[in-house]
Amino acid sequence: MSGAIGTGSGELEALLGRRWRKPAFIANPLLRWGLGIGFVAYLIAAVLTIPVDWGRVYEGLDRGWQFVTAFAHPDFLSRGGDIWEGLLESIVMTVAASVVGIAISIPIGLGAARNIAPLPVYLVCRAIIAISRALQEIIVAILLVAIFGFGPLAGFLTLSFATIGFLSKLLAEEIEAMDRSQAEAVRATGAKWMQWINYGVQPQVIPRLVGLSMYRVDINFRESAILGLVGAGGIGATLNTAFDRYEYDTAAAILILIIAIVMGLEYLSGVIRARVQ
Amino acid sequence: MTGQGQAMLRLKNLVKTYKTGDQALKAVNLEVPDGQVLALIGPSGAGKSTMIRCINRLVEPTGGEVWLDDLEVSKLGAGALRRARRQMGMIFQEYALVERLSVMENVLSGRLGYVGFWRSLTRRYPQADVDEAFRLLDRVGLLHMADKRADELSGGQRQRVGICRALIQNPKLLLVDEPTASLDPKTSRQIMRLICELCAERGLAAIINIHDVALAQMFVNRVVGLRFGEIVFDGPPGGLTPDKLTEIYGEEDWEATIQKVEDEDMEAAQ
Repeated sequence: MSGAIGTGSGELEALLGRRWRKPAFIANPLLRWGLGIGFVAYLIAAVLTIPVDWGRVYEGLDRGWQFVTAFAHPDFLSRGGDIWEGLLESIVMTVAASVVGIAISIPIGLGAARNIAPLPVYLVCRAIIAISRALQEIIVAILLVAIFGFGPLAGFLTLSFATIGFLSKLLAEEIEAMDRSQAEAVRATGAKWMQWINYGVQPQVIPRLVGLSMYRVDINFRESAILGLVGAGGIGATLNTAFDRYEYDTAAAILILIIAIVMGLEYLSGVIRARVQ
Repeated sequence: MTGQGQAMLRLKNLVKTYKTGDQALKAVNLEVPDGQVLALIGPSGAGKSTMIRCINRLVEPTGGEVWLDDLEVSKLGAGALRRARRQMGMIFQEYALVERLSVMENVLSGRLGYVGFWRSLTRRYPQADVDEAFRLLDRVGLLHMADKRADELSGGQRQRVGICRALIQNPKLLLVDEPTASLDPKTSRQIMRLICELCAERGLAAIINIHDVALAQMFVNRVVGLRFGEIVFDGPPGGLTPDKLTEIYGEEDWEATIQKVEDEDMEAAQ
């Protein structure tokens, strides 16, 4: 019986003493080298087409240096009231948009996971995610400022909308990658759908959901600084004004505050994730 | 319990064809009377897992009937199917505990079919369920582990929690899928012994999918052999001769397997 395997063939003798290499990903050497050389050539050509005006760069260095030196003496006080107001507005926008966005993302994320949602629900939820992701924050903000006027309402709605695309997609992917057998075991007990989600799915995805939510709070805060540039309120509006007035020391103060808050959030998210793991 | 002396579980011409065209089950007929523990053996891909999943419809059968007492499980709508699943406890390969839930939560999740959503969400189970969970954990020797997280347990301990989860459903039937597949030989025997003892204590019928023929022969009094989705053997474990094993698994030297069983019996007798 067992003698039938591994004897009597010249196959092994032919292989012994021959060098062995891992088979290449693209078997055809002509195609393999062609693709490699083509890519490098394109890269060189692409870099060469980017225009650089060295005279302009030389002039700009001076302005850049002013900006950098402003960080050495940031001015928190002369526009202190404006900074404080802008910062509060940004924080309000961030917290409100994150809470609303996350709350809407969870049902959409469940619906967008192919392994737990029926096909029609899946398609609708994926479409919502695709729309949210296709429209860049700035474009949405410009549209919403046009509708609701200047101020934090437009910013709040923009960030909520952007949160949905981000969080639902990543949550759905986490659900799709979960361990099927754990969920199956809960289903076998006769659990109702909501109980099944609560016991079989939620425990598997909760650490990731918390981590992603914290990350999104962080993104929303940084985005709120950008959205001010198009009139959607927050610290960005104050930052924009400071740039317009060439008050680089005030701008530096604002940037330092943003960096400090983002780092604080990063630390907080690390602490929270360690606890829910 | 069972009317007119009919078997507790009856499969009639059960067929499962996967979308890929693979016929996992070809018109399987099987009857399991009250209180009988049956081992289902067969090579990988013979349809063992598919068969027990077709019984509680975690896998939807393509044709045929599944009867649990006087209930035709294969005809039920979603709500009635959930109620029927409460009567069929399931024990899984690789335990399938929800790893981030505590041992107690895992055991109590066996009551999900009986309690409302809010009770389960807030983990406020009826006192009777909580008491029963403690009693079961005590029975399998894990009472002190109740508030540990499931992923802190060893393989054998996890499977014992899985057994508690199935039993707290107060089932009529246990569906057991490869309970010992990832356990060492000693723990495997302990788990098999525990399952069989508990079935005897509660008069439960059980279908146990198992790879280890020798282990099956030690514990059950009926063995069903499945090959390519068809039943090719149905009889007492003593009837598994080398010829029969060849019919189920294909050509191999079976003397050693059978010898091993005899050795183990000797050892058990000592």
